Amino acid sequence: MKKKSFLDSVADSTFIQILISIILGFLVGAIFLMIMGLSVGAAYGRLINSVTSLKGFSYVVVYSVPYIVAGLSVAFSFKTGVFNIGAEGQFVVGSMAACVVSILCPNIPKPLLIPLCFLAAMAAGALWGIIVGFLKTKWGINEVLSMIMFNWIAFYLSNFIAGLPAIKSEGSAEATKNIAANASMLFSKDFIKRVGLCPTANWGILVAIAMMLIVWFIIEKTTLGYELKAVGSNKFAAEYGGINVNRSILTALAISGALGGLAGALQLMGMGSRISIFSSQEGFGFAGIVVALIGVSNPFGVFVSGLFYGALMYGGSKLNLVGAPTQLINVIVGTVVFFIAISVIFKNLNRRRARANRNAEAAIDKRASLQKEDKK
Amino acid sequence: MSKEYVDMSTPVIEMRNIVKKFGDFVANDGINLTVHKGEIHAILGENGAGKSTLMNQLYGLLKPTSGDILVNGKKIVMNNPRDAIDAGIGMVHQHFMLVQPFSVTENIVLGTEPVKGVKLDMATARKNVVEISERYGLSIDPDAKIEDISVGMQQRVEILKALYRGADILILDEPTSSLTPQEIVELIAIMHNLVKDGKSIIIITHKLKEIKESADFCTIIRMGKYIDTVDVDKVDENDLASMMVGRKVSFKVDKPEQTPGEVVLDVKDLHCKDYRGIEIVKGLNLQVRRGEIVGIAGIDGNGQTELVEVITGLRKGVSGHILVNGTDVFNKPPRFGFEHGVSSIPADRQKHGLVLDFSIEDNLILQNYEENPFSKRKVLQRDPIFKHATQSIDGYDIRPRQSEKRPAGTLSGGNQQKVIIAREVQNDKDLLIAVNPTRGLDVGAIEYVHKYIVDQRNKGKAVLLVSFELDEIMSLSDVIDVIFDGQIVCSIPGKDANENDLGLMMAGGGKKS
Repeated sequence: MKKKSFLDSVADSTFIQILISIILGFLVGAIFLMIMGLSVGAAYGRLINSVTSLKGFSYVVVYSVPYIVAGLSVAFSFKTGVFNIGAEGQFVVGSMAACVVSILCPNIPKPLLIPLCFLAAMAAGALWGIIVGFLKTKWGINEVLSMIMFNWIAFYLSNFIAGLPAIKSEGSAEATKNIAANASMLFSKDFIKRVGLCPTANWGILVAIAMMLIVWFIIEKTTLGYELKAVGSNKFAAEYGGINVNRSILTALAISGALGGLAGALQLMGMGSRISIFSSQEGFGFAGIVVALIGVSNPFGVFVSGLFYGALMYGGSKLNLVGAPTQLINVIVGTVVFFIAISVIFKNLNRRRARANRNAEAAIDKRASLQKEDKK
Repeated sequence: MSKEYVDMSTPVIEMRNIVKKFGDFVANDGINLTVHKGEIHAILGENGAGKSTLMNQLYGLLKPTSGDILVNGKKIVMNNPRDAIDAGIGMVHQHFMLVQPFSVTENIVLGTEPVKGVKLDMATARKNVVEISERYGLSIDPDAKIEDISVGMQQRVEILKALYRGADILILDEPTSSLTPQEIVELIAIMHNLVKDGKSIIIITHKLKEIKESADFCTIIRMGKYIDTVDVDKVDENDLASMMVGRKVSFKVDKPEQTPGEVVLDVKDLHCKDYRGIEIVKGLNLQVRRGEIVGIAGIDGNGQTELVEVITGLRKGVSGHILVNGTDVFNKPPRFGFEHGVSSIPADRQKHGLVLDFSIEDNLILQNYEENPFSKRKVLQRDPIFKHATQSIDGYDIRPRQSEKRPAGTLSGGNQQKVIIAREVQNDKDLLIAVNPTRGLDVGAIEYVHKYIVDQRNKGKAVLLVSFELDEIMSLSDVIDVIFDGQIVCSIPGKDANENDLGLMMAGGGKKS
């Protein structure tokens, strides 16, 4: 067999590519720090210190939950051949649905109210996905365009609902009322104090882990996943094989949308306690795209990249303590995504040579098997 | 070929004792090739024999491990295709490299555009293109967009692109694999025009008939080794075939006499439109019975593609009936037809036949992933799926072995086709539809595919064969139906058919009034 050079195996391993991209991201961040005359050691030291203490790490976990689940939403769509750029809108409607349910029925016992809020959020997100899917399958409207519009519809709808008398805060705050205590996922104050966790510590990460396993199971193990992937990679062959292509696209967008909505509910019921009337989009759903890209759309990869993203977001918020701008994190994240994208382009640039090599390899395979037969 | 333009005194290309190794593997093992001015030289070999590797070295895409390449008697080293182009070598790849939304002129001058100051001089570009196309008799519309013209025309653009860059030696990689029979005839005429003008042409192919029709000399490569260079006039197709595969190849298909049974497929008064909304199948009637192969002969564009698409449920028809064992599958989804007895080998194996990103084992269950034992309560059962794949790979000679988990896209064309055949035959349906089942395959694989189609017939299945290869239709079919202008214009027993009569009827000469 042909021996692979070190460079070849680097090019083949997505894991190593991502690792290199991340290192490059930090290097570029370091260059910016140096240009600004700041100490790289102090800034990155701060970043690392702030996420490695128990309390800091509990912040990271709490921060990560919505990113992980939004990332799963986008990753699921990538696996099934649609591009869910609408996770942002699904996140917003999901979080608003959970909020409304908890405010309108505050007296339902906790073990019922929390699942109910989840369901409402998933239903709202799924609906947001299905509408876009319907536009796509019925009239062939590109899902990316309609999703971007639906992100804004979700944004203004959320602001509108937050301003309704039954929902709006009674005080002067431009926000909804606080969600019912029964809908909160926070650990008890005693527990948090005793263990030394962050004040917003909650059990949302368990839901994120469950979702990671469910998404993996659907994609890898079920006939549903088989159908969705088949439609995603070659809808003509899928149709020829008897799969209902339109139904699959709708299903994929509904599941992806439900995950986006759930991410919104987890954010609200975990960290936040109410929804503000925003002046701009918050970007959890867009962050989900980044998380899915870094996690190469693999559910486990998305989990890890969601934690990584949460760590950067939390650690980044502490950077001003050493005088470094928090925007540095955006530089690092942007650079990482940039290099991951470049590795894809790089592969395409090499396509011609690769094709020549591949032909040669196919020849080798074929010939090897022929020679084996000859020997028999 | 008469060799009237061949100038034996001037070799333009000499490849001497070329060895190309990939690691321990020897892909080219001491190959010699000499091409003269004005010569059409064919390189013949099975898929994987090493012909593309050899040509990629001549075009600077790969570097030989040892051996010399001489162009016009001068030894040269090529590091990339640019060096090859500078040496006067042009290559037309099997898959065209054209910018779809650009015009013909823009594509031809791409990279070497004439300029006026800093501005593109499209008027001069267009003039040059028209001039060169007239000079070699390659008529094209210089203003048409690539996406609007046929595959044959796109190939002309590729040839013109090479000529525009000053190529005197043209390498054509499998030039006929995506062409219709008419386009092939035109291509051969173009090649003759080019050699008349002093160009030399190397064609890579495994189609024996085309070598006989077009080439002067033929170099045969088998398993990386140089076998021989022969004068095409002095050998016949059987000689070429046995040199290529290293054993005797049978072109004749053994087919026992048998009496067909009851009707399986009954198409009645079918009408349908093509993608432009123009009626293309116009009241077509057709029957296929158990234990017979019905071949549809016709020139591309007479409705055969649409006919099959309607039967398999991929296209909606306007009116008519399609009875399969008595059940009307007209305008039903593909799954319905499948459940009522239709299986098919589609024309475009990469578009309709396979999900190239999926593993072979997953492709083998494309229609029955929902059935026991492949899934239970909506969960895929990997063990039975894997076992099924192993059996199929052994039973249908899919190579390489142990490739259950490999993406189907990594297989050669012939083996991709075997995956589809394994799947469709094992589905064990009463009707098998095969559309151009051997397109782009080499002789060994063709022999194999034909054997499986005839096996299905012998087992009492009804087979509908649609092919643009008249030879294939004539050697396999029990009944030949000629399609012209959306109707079956005549139906004759396969053994009574001859090429001339069929050709005449395909051109509309046999139309019943």
